[in-house]
Amino acid sequence: MQASVIVFPGSNCDRDVAVAIKNITGRMPEMVWHGDAEVSKTDIIILPGGFSYGDYLRSGAMAAHSPIMKDIIAKAKHGTPVLGICNGFQILTETGLLPGLLMPNASLKFICRNVNLRVERTDTIFTNRYEHRGVITIPIANHDGNYFADDDTLAELEDNDRVAFRYVGEKGELEDRHNPNGSRNNIAGIYNKRGNILGLMPHPERLVEQILGGCDGRLMFESLLEALH
Amino acid sequence: MKATIRITLKNGVLDPQGKAIQNALGSLGFDGIENVRQGKLIELHLAQSDPEKAGAEITEMCEKLLANTVIENYSFELDEQG
Repeated sequence: MQASVIVFPGSNCDRDVAVAIKNITGRMPEMVWHGDAEVSKTDIIILPGGFSYGDYLRSGAMAAHSPIMKDIIAKAKHGTPVLGICNGFQILTETGLLPGLLMPNASLKFICRNVNLRVERTDTIFTNRYEHRGVITIPIANHDGNYFADDDTLAELEDNDRVAFRYVGEKGELEDRHNPNGSRNNIAGIYNKRGNILGLMPHPERLVEQILGGCDGRLMFESLLEALH
Repeated sequence: MKATIRITLKNGVLDPQGKAIQNALGSLGFDGIENVRQGKLIELHLAQSDPEKAGAEITEMCEKLLANTVIENYSFELDEQG
């Protein structure tokens, strides 16, 4: 699996995700500068976490118009897998590749801690190694993680099984008190209609070795390796 | 020409920053504030002197970048003397 990690000014999880992928797949991803015109042939494009352009105007708003994004949008529409983590998710919503957007957390606080997530689907390239409806622990680290979409969009996501992960309790309880940031329907991540694009606020690349506190994030990269070889 | 663009949250979209401002004003003794909504104001100076063309340009800027119409409304005023 050859991955490409896009580097924006202000990305700060680009190396973490590159190291995670290298250790799991044995191949170092290509690091692609946002000012480039094209991503060379790749099996998956990763938009990493960080604070591209200092979150000016809105999180991800500037990066969505970086030169490289034209090519990424075209490739994504043709089916190239795209994974957007945290700021990457924000960028994907700003490009319109994923619906809705990420608003400031309801508490107005930066939240950096582990959360429990329920894996809503395991029939995707991103999650085939997880247990269906299993609960996993992955950290979040953001100020704007509050997923918002209007009622119609939300219904469309729910009816078409496009929610990837939800914030839940330890045993999978879907309750408001386990929602860290006010996200509608406790949504932590969503897919596009075709299922080749995933955006999520939690950081799977931060939990890929026991020494980091757990391996629940590792399974996402193992899933991708399984699907994309 | 000067354009003043106002970007506001749509009705029904929660505004935690507005809420925090309302609470802070309340704690300063400003009673009777029923609601606070926070938005953005952007000023632009354009070389374009035709108001109709300038308006069309600003609309496109708002749709493409300045506002996210999922949650925000925008409006603008043009000042030909500005």
